[in-house]
Amino acid sequence: MNAYTQVLFKNRRPNETVLLPEYEKNGGYQGLRAAMKMPPAEVCELVKGSGLRGRGGAGFPTGIKWSFFPADQPGDKYLVCNGDEMEPGTYKDRQLLLADPHQLVEGMAIAAYALQTQIGYIFLRYAYEDCFQRLERAIEEAVEAGYLGENILGSGFDVELHVHGSAGRYILGEETSQLNGLEGRRPNPRSKPPFPAQRGLFGRPTNVNNVETLATVPHILTHGTAWFQALALNPESAGTKLFGLSGHLNRTECFELPLGITLREVVEDFGGGVRGGKKFKACLPGGASTPYLTTDHLDVMMDFNPLEEAESRLGTAGVTVFDEDTCMVAVTRNLNQFFARESCGWCTPCREGLSTISWLLDRIEFGRATNDDLTMLKDQVKNIKGRSFCALAEGAMGPVEALLRLYEDEIKDHIRKGCCPFN
Amino acid sequence: MKELLPQKQIDSFKAKAAAIAHPHELIVDQLRAIQAHHGWVPDDGVLLTAETLGVLPIEVEEVATFYDKIFRREVGKRVIHVCDSICCWSTGAEMITEHLMKTLGIGLGETTADGIFTLLPTCCLGACGDAPAMMIGFTTHGFLTTEKINDILQRERAAVAAEV
Repeated sequence: MNAYTQVLFKNRRPNETVLLPEYEKNGGYQGLRAAMKMPPAEVCELVKGSGLRGRGGAGFPTGIKWSFFPADQPGDKYLVCNGDEMEPGTYKDRQLLLADPHQLVEGMAIAAYALQTQIGYIFLRYAYEDCFQRLERAIEEAVEAGYLGENILGSGFDVELHVHGSAGRYILGEETSQLNGLEGRRPNPRSKPPFPAQRGLFGRPTNVNNVETLATVPHILTHGTAWFQALALNPESAGTKLFGLSGHLNRTECFELPLGITLREVVEDFGGGVRGGKKFKACLPGGASTPYLTTDHLDVMMDFNPLEEAESRLGTAGVTVFDEDTCMVAVTRNLNQFFARESCGWCTPCREGLSTISWLLDRIEFGRATNDDLTMLKDQVKNIKGRSFCALAEGAMGPVEALLRLYEDEIKDHIRKGCCPFN
Repeated sequence: MKELLPQKQIDSFKAKAAAIAHPHELIVDQLRAIQAHHGWVPDDGVLLTAETLGVLPIEVEEVATFYDKIFRREVGKRVIHVCDSICCWSTGAEMITEHLMKTLGIGLGETTADGIFTLLPTCCLGACGDAPAMMIGFTTHGFLTTEKINDILQRERAAVAAEV
């Protein structure tokens, strides 16, 4: 059904995990072999030239991040793979790791060589015990085959990988919080600067990338940057992206699709349309923190820049769709409850602000609000935006701001009627 | 009192801690190990971890109390984490949670009188395509319906009875 070129999912079969022999047979570890023939800086340059942008939510260009890394600095340096994946609506990394985990192992070996980091950690969320076991097995296989460990592929370069199983909490997906988590410290975020590339894990230079980002790297090394750029439908973009569909769709599965595909095609062709024959009302294009898209946006390209122009973000490309009978105040209330509960409590705008927003959205949803509550809601957004210690509260404002921008009428309808008009 | 962690595992953590520069990085691992063996982490579990790794009890406690999947209070033999985040919410999580509360006769955060089930709300489990979902132990159950939940609870009850 999916006619688009499959890269990350090319070996994927339902309920199976690709082991090393099959991975190698289908071109696995050719990217690492190619990388080891180049000087490390050239690998960074290649990734930079590919146009690969981070797949974990922020979309920062991977090669540029790598170019900031002090690869020549002597002493311990670390590579961390962020596999926390706790943004509601996001389940793509799990699908990737369940299907074909060697891509991440190979990507980390390449990144380790490019950045000259000899120790790598894969940070996995608690719920992904299934991925944990598959990764441990893949790492064992890779060590046995000489792709990891001492003197990999006879190059004289050593790489060791460890998998860390976490114990819950969304904030661990924030990179500095994750570093505290890996160190076994209380995982509140750290102040930036210094950035992890300067002082990260155990105070040493550390590079953090998402699972899908690192798993994409071997394919770029194997097939080249021109091939990678041609994968995207948007000529200004590069590569494929894993889209996890959820919510009110007929098919809520994870698909590998080209960047630049329209929202309409994602919803109608891959999601099978809105379930129950209902109409599309809105969606989160890339996880709980991304501002809503509406029917006006169905022809927008699902890609980094086009979605920013549409006042939203690609985020993690976890697309959660809501049908015409959905109350957007109720949606926002649910999303904000998540962020309020997952706030680590470190800074006041997040700890107090998000719970105040929850209180206000409760009042609106259950018909107890006045126009003053709407004013207060707008004030709260202003007091939280740009004032929190890390990106959690900033992200939480995505849906709240979109509610105010796109659905103020719905809010006012709640206030006027003294109840939720969708009940 | 039930054993916190087998001596062999304690020795193994001790040896690992001695071999690495940053023994704190084993705190979460040991807390998870204690929980896997003992069911939850009592005060003595915090003290044991501190002693094993050679760190301060407060350093263990401030980590233990941060994570929602480390239980610092006694829980039932099976902990049910029912997802209430957006994808599950949009596909009926409220009804699923209500059914669980009614069937088990407990509220969120409570344990059944027979000590078998504890019911906890959780944020997104990464099973958004299979919503609504819940997790028992490390097993994620998706596409939940009331019938499916009844079956799962029955199977878990039988499994607990067989363990004794």
